[in-house]
Amino acid sequence: MEFELNRIQKGIQKAATDFAKGEFDKDLAMEMDRNQRFPMDLFKKAADLGFIGIHFDEEVMGGGLGHLETVLTAEALCRRDSTIGSALMLAGYGAECLMNTGSRELKEAFLPHLAEGRMLAGAQVPSTNRDTRPLAETLAAEKIHGEWVINGTVKDVINGQTAGFYCVLCRTDSDASPDKAYSLFLVERDMEGISVSESISSFGIRMTSIADLRFSNVRLPELNLIGKAGNGLKQQASFINQSRVLMAAMALGIGQGALDRSITYVKSREQFGQKIGRFQVNAHKVAEMMLGIEQARSLTYQAAWHLNQKKPDLKLMAMAKLAAIKAALEASHEAIQLHGGSGFCTEAEVERYCRDAKALEMLGGSTNALKNDIAAGIIGNIK
Amino acid sequence: MELLNFTEQHKTYRKHFQKFLETDVIPHIDDWERDHMTPKSAWKKMGQAGFLCPWVSTEYGGMGGDFLHSIVINKELSWTNHTGLMAYLHSDIIVPYINTFGTQTQKKKYLPGCVSGDIVMAVAMTEPDSGSDLASMSTTAVEEGNEVVINGSKTFISIGYNCDLVIVAAKDPKVANPHKAISLYLVEDGTPGFIRGSKFEKMGMHSQDTAELFFNNCTIPIENRLGEKGSGFVMLMQKLQQERLMVAMMSVWAAEFALEWVTNYYRKTDTNGGGPSTSQAVQFAIAEMATDVMVGKNFVYKLAADHMEKKSIVTETSMAKFWASDMAKRVTSKILEMVGTDGLKQGCPVSRTWCDVQVYSIFAGTNEIMKTIIAKSMKL
Repeated sequence: MEFELNRIQKGIQKAATDFAKGEFDKDLAMEMDRNQRFPMDLFKKAADLGFIGIHFDEEVMGGGLGHLETVLTAEALCRRDSTIGSALMLAGYGAECLMNTGSRELKEAFLPHLAEGRMLAGAQVPSTNRDTRPLAETLAAEKIHGEWVINGTVKDVINGQTAGFYCVLCRTDSDASPDKAYSLFLVERDMEGISVSESISSFGIRMTSIADLRFSNVRLPELNLIGKAGNGLKQQASFINQSRVLMAAMALGIGQGALDRSITYVKSREQFGQKIGRFQVNAHKVAEMMLGIEQARSLTYQAAWHLNQKKPDLKLMAMAKLAAIKAALEASHEAIQLHGGSGFCTEAEVERYCRDAKALEMLGGSTNALKNDIAAGIIGNIK
Repeated sequence: MELLNFTEQHKTYRKHFQKFLETDVIPHIDDWERDHMTPKSAWKKMGQAGFLCPWVSTEYGGMGGDFLHSIVINKELSWTNHTGLMAYLHSDIIVPYINTFGTQTQKKKYLPGCVSGDIVMAVAMTEPDSGSDLASMSTTAVEEGNEVVINGSKTFISIGYNCDLVIVAAKDPKVANPHKAISLYLVEDGTPGFIRGSKFEKMGMHSQDTAELFFNNCTIPIENRLGEKGSGFVMLMQKLQQERLMVAMMSVWAAEFALEWVTNYYRKTDTNGGGPSTSQAVQFAIAEMATDVMVGKNFVYKLAADHMEKKSIVTETSMAKFWASDMAKRVTSKILEMVGTDGLKQGCPVSRTWCDVQVYSIFAGTNEIMKTIIAKSMKL
């Protein structure tokens, strides 16, 4: 057992930290947060430096590294700026589906665009109550004369407005049982028959577009089928599980960033004749923040390490997200409280970290859904 | 037994106000939130319709109501889920200073305008380097003959942009004891040397204007001092009871509003062929929140009743302020956690509530200060 990052991992961590420090700008971040703008220039730069698609194969211009390396990058970027970091790390949302099970031809046609910063990928966030919400809300694809024809609406697509291609789940067999009824497809933004709604105006991760897609007789060649027909739900589930680890890493960075700013503040702000970090209660707040973050960090690194070993542990992945979001929320809430009135104001940044952490909690499955999955992994079937 | 005895008159007043909100406030809220500003005309409408400072006596242009009228107004306002018309700050926190400590002349000069909405008030205590440690403020007021010259800057002043009249806390630089150096002064809009800074961009409370205020050799007549010279700190402490009680009540109502929304949400949407909410986790969470709101309501209404009987409830009010503001944060946060992505969309009002209540644990004295007061009162 070893708790040390290797040389390459340390290198990536440092490179990502340096990149964020050198390129992220607070005023720009505040402006883009206000106007819901995606940081396209930074995306291009991040891709040039190899921070996009780190765990993608080298054949598709990826980094050829693992999930833990992606986790370290996400953490470093979100730590420096929660909203820019989130936007960059979610820029390839859904592309995992393609990476994991797509044909070589399809991968080579699209993944380099993402890894080189020319195109974003998009996909639907998992529904909040997976146990209760019917899956019928998804799209329907029908095979007509060798082509797939897609109709319907898919809601809450990350990068809805900004993506160049989407990975979408469609019902391909109306008679089959759910585990065989769905298939995944790659759809290009410019294809005829696709319309995209306006992005929602949420309070968090505002540089990332979330919008609905409408499909009206969208025609796809067979090539655009990702993996095997009928395997969609399984592929989707595997992607959602992986995305939990990514979101955990982003949350870790957000929590750490809120903590960093709090440490600076309590060491400089004076009230009642002393630095406020000298008050025991404030010092303990900082201790609790660090405690939550370190606990979540262990879980997240562990979950990512398992992924690197190709032995995904679903419980760990769900627990990592749960713990990291909790830590990020606690840290950013306390950061606001420690900053007092200025913490509620945008200028101090920590309120934005808090909004972003909350949005990450709310996206990608509610905590009840996460707990369902963790419990299922522990208890199994009860007869 | 009801903790608060609303009479028929209060009930009618509530109905009138609800109607007013429907026609003159609710349709504009989204615009105000987007513009980060509530127009002064809205304050004026509130005043003209009789919904500002309902407790001011008829002698000064008021309707001679009581604290229950204020409760009616603020409860209904909180359920509109916006903070632009922050009536409780003007009507129930700041104007009472003039009513309690003002001279006849001051009362005659200002109270009718405060009731009619021609005068909207703010209070300026906090400074960039003086937040929780109020006594450490550095704004100075030098009294010379018939004039007072004020110098310094104040920050995070609610209604700081819209206000027509501001109570400024400032120190006599010659008095060493900070608690005896502070006096309160009434500074009118347009006084030379009184400059408003820009509005703050905030996490929430978007329709409410929070600004910096600067005083640069701002000269006012000595008649504009409120109360005795050097009694500012005591006056502030005295009025903080009602201020904190108000914040505690606003917190409970915000949580109650959010709870009402989420209850309806699950009654409508979580029906997978069966009846209401099929998820036990959801049921329990809502049960816990309903309990929190019930406990909170009983506590703050009891304190409101005591407050009306003029009891000193400084400690209890501090407890209510910290507990209720944390509770509002907890409840709104839990709701958003449960509803997930739906909570990020337009249809969910709780996202705004959640953003707004984040400052409730900070303003009117941080919750850390509340706990300090409570511990001190327990001789710890």
